[in-house]
Amino acid sequence: MIALLLRDLRLAVRAGGGFGLGLAFFLIVTVLVPFGVGPQSELLARIAPGILWLGALLACLLSLDRIFALEWEDGSLDLLATSPLPLEGIAAIKALAHWLTSALPLVAAAPALGLLLSLPQGGYLWLMVSLLAGTPALSVIGAFGAALTVGIKRGGLLLSLLVLPLYVPTLIFGAEVARRGAEGLNPITPLLLLAGITCGTIALLPFASAAVLRINLR
Amino acid sequence: MASLWEYANPRKFMGTSGALLPWVSYGAGACLVVGLFWGFFFTPDDYRQGSTVKIIYLHVPAALMAINAWFMMLVASLIWIVRRHHVSALAAKAAAPIGAVMTVIALLTGAIWGQPMWGTWWAWDPRLTSFLILFLFYLGYIALWSAIENDDTAADLTSVLCLVGSVFAVLSRYAVNFWNQGLHQGASLSLDKEENVADVFYLPLLVCIAGFVLLFLALVLLRTRTEIRARRTRALLARERMA
Repeated sequence: MIALLLRDLRLAVRAGGGFGLGLAFFLIVTVLVPFGVGPQSELLARIAPGILWLGALLACLLSLDRIFALEWEDGSLDLLATSPLPLEGIAAIKALAHWLTSALPLVAAAPALGLLLSLPQGGYLWLMVSLLAGTPALSVIGAFGAALTVGIKRGGLLLSLLVLPLYVPTLIFGAEVARRGAEGLNPITPLLLLAGITCGTIALLPFASAAVLRINLR
Repeated sequence: MASLWEYANPRKFMGTSGALLPWVSYGAGACLVVGLFWGFFFTPDDYRQGSTVKIIYLHVPAALMAINAWFMMLVASLIWIVRRHHVSALAAKAAAPIGAVMTVIALLTGAIWGQPMWGTWWAWDPRLTSFLILFLFYLGYIALWSAIENDDTAADLTSVLCLVGSVFAVLSRYAVNFWNQGLHQGASLSLDKEENVADVFYLPLLVCIAGFVLLFLALVLLRTRTEIRARRTRALLARERMA
């Protein structure tokens, strides 16, 4: 499993594209927002937590179809499925690799982009915490969506249609934590709910992803 | 002894549903005509809402069926996963567009009702929002069905999506409650509560709900029969090409 994880990480770093693309997308979305709503810093400060969460979510979405697509095309997914590793483990590792390569850089970049949107002083810590707690759920749900659409040609758009409704609870609680943090309120309740969603999806969804992969590989 | 599972046999299902379909359709038509006429023309106006209250005869039954259609799809998907009866998978497929249309009806009539009552077509109220999310779930489900060519694979994948989606739909419902306070009133029809709507409105509403349930049943039966026939046609064509 660790070998598989290392292989995925190496592929992501060396093959280029996916690694930096999500970050660049996140940056562009954040830069475009002030052009859309105007440069008043009070307004930007108020919407910054939501915009940053939304940007991170969309950037995550962008790289989802790469989770299984390459392995599906060159047939190594069949090899992985016949290996002694359980398919559930493979699905979980794939989601973890996606989180490490796509979501973690977003979490690291979020404070810098928060500066651009004049996020209030107290908000940075809770923004980071909420993204750290919430993005694993995004990756795991996304891996399920990617497994669902892996056999479909040009399934990218369908993937977003399927995955975005599933992202609603995570987004609500994540953005709520960031907002409460930025406004100096107590963010513990939504944070616990967010962590609950993350733990629940990590525990259950790899089984669904593996079931779906098995159907697709049949 | 006859059991429900006999209808897993398409031939048996076609026979019974063919005999049942006219009755269900006429029942739906009769209930809807009686209920809607009764509701629209023979009930008094509400003392605060005036005649706009009559939208309730479309709004409530449609909303009810929007949720129950998804629930029916969930049950049918489970049956498909556990027992692999094709009729069940096709029934789930048949129910999805009907449920989506019911959701749209509920949202539209709600908007038309909300405009004079709340002064707005749309508000990000928990109930409204969760219905919109439910509509997105329907869209995703239908899109996945139509994107996959192999029928069995499509049935498998969509039923897993339906199971996972149900969990997330319930989760979203509570998350949305947490996120915003509502304008929408609470349930006005429940069996165990004192504060239901007044009897003058209640009886025609019940007739309308019965009409919508029957209409849903009739449409599901019709669409399932169409799917089965389409599949038979394809099988026949394939056999002819082989010969």
